[in-house]
Amino acid sequence: MNNPQLNESGELQHLLTTEGLPAPILLKILDTAESFVGVTERDIKKVPLLRGKSIFNLFFEPSTRTRTTFEIAAKRLSADVVNLNIAASSQSKGETMLDTVNNLSAMHADMFIVRHSQSGAAHLIARHVRPEIHVINAGDGRHAHPTQALLDMFTIRRYKCDFHNLRVAIVGDILHSRVARSQIHALTTLGVPEVRVISPKTLLPTKVERLGVHVYHDMEQGLKDVDVLLMLRLQNERMLSARLPSAEEYFKHYGLTQEKLALAKHDAIVMHPGPMNRGIEIDSAVADGKQSVILPQVTFGIAVRMAVMTILAGN
Amino acid sequence: MRILIKNGRVIDPKNGMDAVNDLYIVAGKIVAIGAEPDSFQANHVINARGLVVCPGLVDLSVRLREPGLEYKATLESEMRAAVAGGVTSLACPPDTDPPLDEPGLVEMLKHRAKSLNQAHVYPIGALTQGLKGERLTEMAELQDAGCVAFSQSDKRLLDTRVMMRAMQYASTFGFRVWLRPEDDSIAESGVAHDGEVATRLGLPAIPVCAETIALSKIVLIARETGAKVHLCRVSSAEGVAMVRAARQQGLPITCDVAANHIHLSEMDISFFDSNCHLVPPLRSISDRDALRAGLVDGTIDAVCSDHAPVDEDAKLLPFGESEAGATCLELLLSLVLKWAEEINIPLAVAVAKITSEPARILGVEAGDLSVGTAADLCIFDPDQHWRVEAPILRSQGKNTPFLGMELQGKVKYTLANGIIVYED
Amino acid sequence: MNLPDAEQLLADLTDKMRSDVTKNTVLVGIYTGGVWLAERLHQDLECTLPLGALDVSFYRDDFHEIGLHPQVKPSNIPFEVEGRHIILIDDVLYTGRTIRAAINELFDYGRPASIRLAALVDRGEREMPIAANYVGADIVLPEDKMLALEQGNNGKLSLSLYDKTSPE
Repeated sequence: MNNPQLNESGELQHLLTTEGLPAPILLKILDTAESFVGVTERDIKKVPLLRGKSIFNLFFEPSTRTRTTFEIAAKRLSADVVNLNIAASSQSKGETMLDTVNNLSAMHADMFIVRHSQSGAAHLIARHVRPEIHVINAGDGRHAHPTQALLDMFTIRRYKCDFHNLRVAIVGDILHSRVARSQIHALTTLGVPEVRVISPKTLLPTKVERLGVHVYHDMEQGLKDVDVLLMLRLQNERMLSARLPSAEEYFKHYGLTQEKLALAKHDAIVMHPGPMNRGIEIDSAVADGKQSVILPQVTFGIAVRMAVMTILAGN
Repeated sequence: MRILIKNGRVIDPKNGMDAVNDLYIVAGKIVAIGAEPDSFQANHVINARGLVVCPGLVDLSVRLREPGLEYKATLESEMRAAVAGGVTSLACPPDTDPPLDEPGLVEMLKHRAKSLNQAHVYPIGALTQGLKGERLTEMAELQDAGCVAFSQSDKRLLDTRVMMRAMQYASTFGFRVWLRPEDDSIAESGVAHDGEVATRLGLPAIPVCAETIALSKIVLIARETGAKVHLCRVSSAEGVAMVRAARQQGLPITCDVAANHIHLSEMDISFFDSNCHLVPPLRSISDRDALRAGLVDGTIDAVCSDHAPVDEDAKLLPFGESEAGATCLELLLSLVLKWAEEINIPLAVAVAKITSEPARILGVEAGDLSVGTAADLCIFDPDQHWRVEAPILRSQGKNTPFLGMELQGKVKYTLANGIIVYED
Repeated sequence: MNLPDAEQLLADLTDKMRSDVTKNTVLVGIYTGGVWLAERLHQDLECTLPLGALDVSFYRDDFHEIGLHPQVKPSNIPFEVEGRHIILIDDVLYTGRTIRAAINELFDYGRPASIRLAALVDRGEREMPIAANYVGADIVLPEDKMLALEQGNNGKLSLSLYDKTSPE
């Protein structure tokens, strides 16, 4: 099966998922992002790399946060950015997703950043765009959110340096999480020896161990000696679909408090893709505490996205 | 019209024939196999040397898309596809628009189909009005109009009480009830088998227990009501095992499997190929292997195409949003032959699965070459290879997971009522 | 052909620069050869202000043709560029495009008071109106060859020649 993300020379043509991406490609993105962090710390946060390029944010599923970070990243590369909130306009007129894409391609788009509520949407678009257009998946259904996973890997490397002797725990609703899936693939590819998922049974996908993770239902067991805690957001819908009784009971058993954090290594770092539900998956004291690197994640997110766009545009 | 089919390998599973023989047709009926009848003069001779002559295929599930869904396919195109696939008798499910819950609709469909003079169409009537799963249809009226069985098609299974009443009522008249074993509330909005692939791809999933729970309900109610039940499209190893156990306990339940499911598994979804979005979902490799074994040991009685032509736009959508179904009339024969070759079973056994066995399930006179019956035949070359390509398919649906692949087994002639309705 | 001794050229270059370097001068090396040279010059000229290092990958004019350089390093300018007298240091001055990129990048950090250029080797064939203020030596080279500076394990610098492989 040839990898739809890579071109014939094995270079990254699209970024759709962290699954199946060789470690050198993941590392190149992280290494390139290092240089962009410096750029984001200057007064003039721009470089002229993508001047003249048109980047279209195709958000079929609304999201201000993610769209904004991609927009900032693209503008810092001097690209022209067009934001399309498709949910509101053409979809309701009955235009198919691919029709929308074709129309935009005709407007000389160089790159599409796609977010959609259905798994596989970015793959479908990547299969149908003209060869010179690059597609970045900004989140498709439950399937993947590769740039989030990459910025998480970048953050881990910044604080922990070496992937090869880490214990990483992902806590929360794995079943519905595209972030978790992308994180798991990236962590295992980069050589993290132990990846744990901590979740009640109703929030775990079938045969999740096959992805290379150890399953824990008991958070206290699962957090022992962990170096990195990746917290996931809990959606309200889970109570409605009979998967959880209440946010309170969830917090008691799966929420991160200072006491539970103390079970991990003393220098463990706490991460969260945002936005946080304080008091549900994470306690404010931890979110704002000294082990939390949640705010740096956001800064790194811009640098990582700049790196991804640059690498794609240069291939 | 007097037709002689010479030197073909005649395979007629019902009558136990598998030998090279000549076959004689007069006035639309088979008059002899083997010895030439007295004073027989052929108008037309078909040289079937190297070819197999078998009963016209009987397909238990073919969507003709009429009435109402003509943008997907028309009666004309799908009937042409049927004979191109060697199918001379087909049952069409009631999920048209409107559903086949009124005698008038059934009569019109039958009339339209008959006027095309190709395959015989046996409509399956709706079990409940509008297929909504609430009120029963006038099954007796529908039977008079031509329905051979009653089903809910792919529409979600009824609540248990309605299912029980429907089966009880059907059983009053001895009508057949065809049910797809899938529990609505467990299957929810699932689109793929609940296993490794759905986990990786993040697709909402349908666990095997959606099938087994529904199956056990159906078996228990069948036992209770005495209804004649046929299970449509078993998909899992556990499901096959349950059918086997029920049969061993004496329940006369029958079941079929779709041709795609005896070859493909969840792995074929690959990078979200919506051509693999099927109902029931393609399950694990071990499930597929159990389906294959179930066919061999007779737990699964027949293979059908479960033909569902889907317009291109409805497939060019993200997997979960795409419409489920595959075009399969023209692949049915090749796929069954492929299975037979892969597990090394005799051709006649394979042919039975798409001729005499489905005819028995339908309860119609078809699927065999008995002397005196209508000359519905399929003459095929078991060795000829062909590539599945959109322009070749006569069906308006080009949606098949086998697109671009090479298959073996090509229909050369199809005869319905002694008339050549398809010639390669 | 006989290439000059890089260490000797460096010594010559250092002498040429000595009188112009004050305690307010900053040195900025361009990766990778320019940074090795800048480190040596910084030491030999006893500069007090910190050393800068520039990676010009994000400012090059050939990104659309050949994509991103395989090894991008973060630039490091640990001082205010505003109002500074800067000496840019590179190993080989050739078409002048690298220097153009370096100047553009420096200006994105701030407005310097002045920029001068020191190059170990000037091989001519300029495509930009750029000139070096301090040069170790002028060398003429065949068009199909590239000149590179190398650093041995003991820190010793040397020059080597290799075939041009990048497409035009």
